[in-house]
Amino acid sequence: MENLNALVDAALAEVEQAGDIRVLDDVRVKYLGKKGEISALMKGLGKLSAEERPKAGAVINEGKQKVQDAITARKTLLEEAALAEQLASETVDVTLPGRGEMPGNLHPVNRMRRRIEDFFLRLGFDISEGPEVEDDFHNFEALNIPSHHPARAMHDTFYFGDGRLLRTHTSPVQVRVMEQGKPPFRIIAPGRVYRCDSDLTHTPMFHQVEGLLVDKDITFADLRGTVAEFLRFIFEVEDLPVRFRPSYFPFTEPSAEVDVGCVSCSGEGCRVCSHTGWLEIMGCGMVHPKVLEHGGVDASEYSGFAFGMGIERITMLRYGVNDLRLFFENDTRFLSQFS
Amino acid sequence: MLVNEAWLREWVNPAVDTDTLVKQLTMAGLEVDGVEPAAPVFSGVVVGQVESCEPHPDADKLRVCQVSNGSQTAQVVCGASNVRPGLKIPFAQVGAKLPGDFKIKKAKLRGVESNGMLCGASELGLEDLIDGLMELPDDAPVGTDFREYLQLDDAVIEVDLTPNRADCLSVRGIARELGVMNQCPLTEVAISQVTPAIDDTLTITLADSDACPRYLGRVIKGVNVKADTPLWMVERLRRAGLRTIDPIVDVTNYVLLELGQPLHAFDLAKISGGITVRKAKADETLVTLDEQTLTLRDDTLVIADDSAALAVAGVMGGKPSAVTDQTQDIFLECAFFAPLAIAGKARSYGLHTDSSHRFERGVDPQLQQDAIERATALILEIAGGQPGPVCEAVEDAKLPQQAEIALRAERIEGLLGMALPAEQVEDILGRLGMAITPAASGDAWTVLAPSWRFDMAIEPDLIEELARIYGYEKLPSRVPAGSPSGDTVGENVVAVRRLADTLIDRGYLEAITYTFVEPGLLKQVEPRVEPLPLLNPISADLGVMRTTLLAGLFSTARHNLNRQADRLRLFETGLRFMPQAQGELEQTPMIAGLVYGSAQPQNWEGKRAADFFDLKGDVEALLSLSDASAFSFTAGEHPALHPGQTAALSRGGEVVGYLGRIHPRLAADLDLPANLYAFELALAPLQQGILPHFAGVSDQPRMRRDLAFVVDAGVPAGDLVAAVRDTCDERLTDVRIFDIYQGDSIGENRKSLALGLTFQDRSRTLKDQEVNDLVEAVVSQVKQQFNATLRD
Repeated sequence: MENLNALVDAALAEVEQAGDIRVLDDVRVKYLGKKGEISALMKGLGKLSAEERPKAGAVINEGKQKVQDAITARKTLLEEAALAEQLASETVDVTLPGRGEMPGNLHPVNRMRRRIEDFFLRLGFDISEGPEVEDDFHNFEALNIPSHHPARAMHDTFYFGDGRLLRTHTSPVQVRVMEQGKPPFRIIAPGRVYRCDSDLTHTPMFHQVEGLLVDKDITFADLRGTVAEFLRFIFEVEDLPVRFRPSYFPFTEPSAEVDVGCVSCSGEGCRVCSHTGWLEIMGCGMVHPKVLEHGGVDASEYSGFAFGMGIERITMLRYGVNDLRLFFENDTRFLSQFS
Repeated sequence: MLVNEAWLREWVNPAVDTDTLVKQLTMAGLEVDGVEPAAPVFSGVVVGQVESCEPHPDADKLRVCQVSNGSQTAQVVCGASNVRPGLKIPFAQVGAKLPGDFKIKKAKLRGVESNGMLCGASELGLEDLIDGLMELPDDAPVGTDFREYLQLDDAVIEVDLTPNRADCLSVRGIARELGVMNQCPLTEVAISQVTPAIDDTLTITLADSDACPRYLGRVIKGVNVKADTPLWMVERLRRAGLRTIDPIVDVTNYVLLELGQPLHAFDLAKISGGITVRKAKADETLVTLDEQTLTLRDDTLVIADDSAALAVAGVMGGKPSAVTDQTQDIFLECAFFAPLAIAGKARSYGLHTDSSHRFERGVDPQLQQDAIERATALILEIAGGQPGPVCEAVEDAKLPQQAEIALRAERIEGLLGMALPAEQVEDILGRLGMAITPAASGDAWTVLAPSWRFDMAIEPDLIEELARIYGYEKLPSRVPAGSPSGDTVGENVVAVRRLADTLIDRGYLEAITYTFVEPGLLKQVEPRVEPLPLLNPISADLGVMRTTLLAGLFSTARHNLNRQADRLRLFETGLRFMPQAQGELEQTPMIAGLVYGSAQPQNWEGKRAADFFDLKGDVEALLSLSDASAFSFTAGEHPALHPGQTAALSRGGEVVGYLGRIHPRLAADLDLPANLYAFELALAPLQQGILPHFAGVSDQPRMRRDLAFVVDAGVPAGDLVAAVRDTCDERLTDVRIFDIYQGDSIGENRKSLALGLTFQDRSRTLKDQEVNDLVEAVVSQVKQQFNATLRD
């Protein structure tokens, strides 16, 4: 048994000195392996009497366990050290920027266009489009703007000299949609429109969204409710003041101009709203019977409302863009600010 | 239109302040654009009278004046040439503040004491009619505050009228509206028939009574055109933005502002024979008042005498027959011209006048008699003269008839979403001057619109009037019930949004460029197509409709490169406009993109410049959204693109777009870098996707064989891959090019393409022999087709 103690001590010392897992395993084999030195002591038990044998066996097992525990502890220690070393060697500078492409973004006008579309899609409207090179009939005649109408002077029209023109508004899509289908209609028509005008506050091309709802029992109240909900959604102001003023469009009757309380000064009066506290935001009205007629809709059975708004203006108000012309310069220093 | 409040309040004077009045107008659909004071702020100025003038002892041009303010006399040194004893003038007393915060103090001018200042009009922010001091009429009450005397504490209200409300293009018209809103009576100006003093008349012939159904004229002899227009009238004209000319013109302008009826006065001596209202003869010329020589078209209505056209009817008078300072006798014209006859005419000659503005929109066809009497009375009052009788030519049947419109209670509710009580309907329409006949049933009316409301034509017009006066703001509001409309978008359709988002996620910024472009640029980018030119472009560099979106993207690239951009990824969606045979035009939605600079944003690993395959990768990403296998790339040709680095994209055998590197010659011409890449694809083919269909998941093992083929350098890899696919059946599940090599070891003009072939059967494990047989077939096929050898 003195031999056992000496072996255990020697084994513990070697465990303590083992510098890596491999050496440690050699120590285990040396002492605890099948042919290990401590294991060999067990074979000597046969020489002992039946009474002494269990006692001596227990003593040897105790020594074995002691060594095994030391090996396990040492192993854990060595593994942790090795892992720590590996981790240290694999350390990167996490402050270096990541690799790869960053997303770009939509043009701010189309960003707003999507927002507008999303609202009306939720209300069950479809999105319709029409040609930009239009004919006189759809752009004017069918909208109750005959050739001598003074309202034509308000549309500085680009012509091609053959009866075709660049649409001055998205309203012709109303007529095209009605011509091609059967009521009810619920559409919006976003797109590019053109007026022969270019200065600080006008670009010869800009964007509008037209809306049209034709169904049975549609009244001015539906128009008011829809437009007010829409404007509150767009500007995210729950109690946004919305004001309907009588106005005139040849293709609606009654017609209204819609103002919202200035979103820049909350109606106090500022430069943006010319100190009126109100911002003119869109035109709308109940579809004129003649327009329904041109679209092949029975005006005695159906009624409807229509509205139209400029997307640029809403975009400017919403994102604080102070110069309309920036929209079409496409300077990336401008475009990239709308991600 | 500019209307001054004090004048308006003479007509109708509701007990509301200016702000309320302005808001009422705006909310009634007469939008107020602005309110300006009639004169700038000043104080301490009274009506003064010069009592005496003595020469200044030390200055030739100065006078020493004694000036009365009604109660006291002050000594004032004055340099104006028109200062004289007895003259009444605006007198700024010591302590006065003039516009520009100019304070009047006691002063010495060349040693002589001066207590105040005698004012010229412009010194008070008014219009100078003469040099020197403003001369006030003899009846000006000395001592009265000058602002009070001229009602300068007045507001000038700018009303932006919609084209349907021509009835409001006058003080009377706006006063009517205010009267309706405030339930306030109108104080009409008294108009009575002027008794003729002479018998002179001119014959009037209406040669085109559709265009001119009513023409009134009157001779007035012996007018004094040099008489002064009274200050109150000058002021009212000024506040409406008009200058005083002579008393005759001033009166016609005044009546135009007051009643809305344009009038014109001719010099009677310049008219030969009678008046004929007729269409111009082709190429007839006329020198207008503003001294332009017009060559008239035969669609233009003119006022002519027996020898020539005197005026463009309803637009502008002619110079030769105009009233001058020599004029003794005049012929006053007051007519009704049909809007259709006048509309667009002024603009077609580059003119726009207060008269044409009104006639185009419409003038009350019953107004002419009153207007000519009113103008005559004012002319006689100011310039004297002997009036002849009014001679009238009229074709009643051709005058606009007052509209008689049926109105139903049920339609009111149907349009407005609320019912209005019958009493309220009748009250509102009555206040608007409509004659109402209720139907026996009590739920309908026959409404006769007044002659000035020629914009009333149909039932909804009346309902709008009801809503307008009742107040839009008081009408109900609701979000419409109902279901989505019938059109649904197929699930297989790839939305343009999805395509745009894919590019955005790959680093692109969206641009929106003008659809009209510079013709020269477009010719460089796409010389094969003659673009559609605009008749009236805003400028020459926006002259034609684009036939390709690349033109705008190239311009945008240049704009940004000139501003130090070193990396660009831009895209745009929109129509291109391709003229077709027989004047047809194809308007095709396109998507186009442009890539320049490093393949990725510069980072710490160094950078690689983007090349054709970065661009192609982006295009392939777009195709993968629909059905990438439906598309094929082949070497293509596009005038804007490098002939060796251009691919044509096809779907179903039809070319749907191009991608490639900019042609170096075009790059040089456009001052763009040569390593710029661009694509332009039709959107519709990219939107035809397929509905996903689950094909099961196979657990059978995959077997991969790598083969390196050596072929001529000119063999397209795509053809080789296609041949491999064609040779195998569906057991070949993937072919991938994983290496390309060119070098001496494989011979000149040869290249090695390494392909990885993956084989798998859906239902069983493939045997080696089966795969070997397939590979053998592939090798023999490409050997035969491309003279390919297997690389060792």
